[in-house]
Amino acid sequence: MPIAPARIRAATVTTALGQGRGPHVEALAAMRPGLRPGAMDEVEVPCWVGVVDELDERPLLGTLAPFDCRNNRLADMALEADGFAGRVRAAREHWGAHRIGLFLGTSTSGIRHTEQCYRRHFEQHTPGLGKDLRFGTTHAYVSVADFCRRRLGLRGPAVVISTACSSGAKTFAAAHRALTAGLCEAAVVGGVDTLCATTLMGFHALGLLSPRPCAPWSPDRSGISIGEGAAFALLELTPDSADDLALLGYGESDDAHHITAPHPDGAGAVQAMRSALDTAGLTADDIDYVNLHGTGTPANDQSEDRALSTVFGDRVAASATKGWTGHTLGASGAVEAVLSLLCVEAGLVPGTLNTGARDPALSAPLVLRSERRPLRRVLSNAFGFAGNNCALVLGRA
Amino acid sequence: MRVRPLGLGILAPGLTGWTEAAAVLRGEQTYRSEVLAPPPPVGLTPNERRRATLATRLALATAGQATAGANLSGTGLLSVFASSDGDMGLIDSMCRATYEHHEPPSPTVFQNSVHNAVAGYWSIAEGCREASTSVAAGDGSFAAGLLEAVTQAGVNGRPVLLVAFDVPAPALLHPHRSFSAPFACALLLAPALPGEDRGVLTLAPAGAGEAAPDTTMTDPDLEALRTGNPAARALPLLAAVAAETAARVHLPYWPDLHLAVDLEPGR
Repeated sequence: MPIAPARIRAATVTTALGQGRGPHVEALAAMRPGLRPGAMDEVEVPCWVGVVDELDERPLLGTLAPFDCRNNRLADMALEADGFAGRVRAAREHWGAHRIGLFLGTSTSGIRHTEQCYRRHFEQHTPGLGKDLRFGTTHAYVSVADFCRRRLGLRGPAVVISTACSSGAKTFAAAHRALTAGLCEAAVVGGVDTLCATTLMGFHALGLLSPRPCAPWSPDRSGISIGEGAAFALLELTPDSADDLALLGYGESDDAHHITAPHPDGAGAVQAMRSALDTAGLTADDIDYVNLHGTGTPANDQSEDRALSTVFGDRVAASATKGWTGHTLGASGAVEAVLSLLCVEAGLVPGTLNTGARDPALSAPLVLRSERRPLRRVLSNAFGFAGNNCALVLGRA
Repeated sequence: MRVRPLGLGILAPGLTGWTEAAAVLRGEQTYRSEVLAPPPPVGLTPNERRRATLATRLALATAGQATAGANLSGTGLLSVFASSDGDMGLIDSMCRATYEHHEPPSPTVFQNSVHNAVAGYWSIAEGCREASTSVAAGDGSFAAGLLEAVTQAGVNGRPVLLVAFDVPAPALLHPHRSFSAPFACALLLAPALPGEDRGVLTLAPAGAGEAAPDTTMTDPDLEALRTGNPAARALPLLAAVAAETAARVHLPYWPDLHLAVDLEPGR
């Protein structure tokens, strides 16, 4: 059943490509990469990563000092960009702080802080992890929502959604429901995830970490590159201009198949994409471009390719942007939703960085090089471990 | 924001099934805390059974109680899983692998470490491809999960399964996030029909202007359980549902925001 479009009042993104919207549009248009080799000193595995350099020099101070960790530093840096925090302040002054909801996705939150305490414990033989481990305000899932709620001065319903790599996309769906139910008048959505040893070592253990920059859909693709990223959007149901950018539809599903491996035919992905089209009141022909989940692992891309073919045939332009940013995991659904919105605004179809040619075994009409072309409606996919899928339809109503 | 509970489930020390627990929560039987035996992970393949953690076992078992109580299959249900901290034992295991043993974590441990792994095992066990959302909000995680589940039931006009769980941390992390006992509960919630009121829960978030203290448990041991585990913040609501009498329950959500739940008397 079609839903009412939720207007995007503001949106921002910060990744290895830079702080805010400008560097992202520029990098996507110019095919300027964001990944670099190596990771962190305790992780000796060959890989490429998307790093936000400024985080080391941006401690959280004052009343927010207890929240200081890499993940909340990135949230703070992203909120600062594009006047986003100011737009939320204006919404807060208009609706009241208790009428603005907050829905944020993360996969590992501030785990890096806990990792450093474990490292100190085993290297220096300290008795415990240390009194300076601030678990609740850094590593706990709630930390990023607690931090952003204080940083933005919000007092409404707030929650963290953690469904691995679909987390950031699902915040748009949850916020739309909360707006529909009247729980809030406006909602801040988004996702934040930062580099940590755990995910690098974990994906390495699974054989899914590429020694080269990830190359989605390429015949010799060899896995993911991990990046850190944060993206936020401010949603309202109140219509004013019909030409506003909006969340038009969302679809969610589970594979019910395997904890890490995707369904071979992408059955859950098909269900999520079809549901997103249904709630948008659109058909596959109405979509101008699909921003693929496109991680660059052999199995993920094959599964998504089959799902795309089932829903769209060979009619829709598609590409993956993880070659620029790396896979920002719990943030990726929000990062790529905002990148999709930027592409609609800029009239830009991004290519697929690092991919020279499409795997002949795959069938998606893959865009390899970025091109300027008007876009009206975009579908963005985000699929996570444990088979959790979310597809969003974004664009002009 | 009105729902009717169709089925319930609970697993905690001394509360090992809804029917028995309801009698305790009504005060008809004395609460005695006993060590909780991990339930078998029903519905999983042998490989997945070996991988199922305590959190997964508790969630699967309570979900099974709730769906059985409603005589419904889990296959077509929307679901919400709420947990403050997921499985901290897996965090400990991964950090030890990296910093104590200088090796990558076990792939099984890593894949189980995502917050929604528990939900994933449930979806596999039930063959359920419907939307599933895993949420966290610290000590307000149960309220956050309940609000999400009731919102989904209302917006979609369909039943939603809510499962809340939290399990104690291992020794190194315990001083930094201390839970006194494992706890899991499940509520299968259907949107209330217009005009329907018996046994119906009505939810409303209420801010600082309407501050009210959390509803507590009369029995000191049950109150210790309630405060000792974020998922157990559900106990006053579960007690009200068990009693089938009119009640208003205040659930902790955020320090400046609680969730008020009104219960209409039952049959």
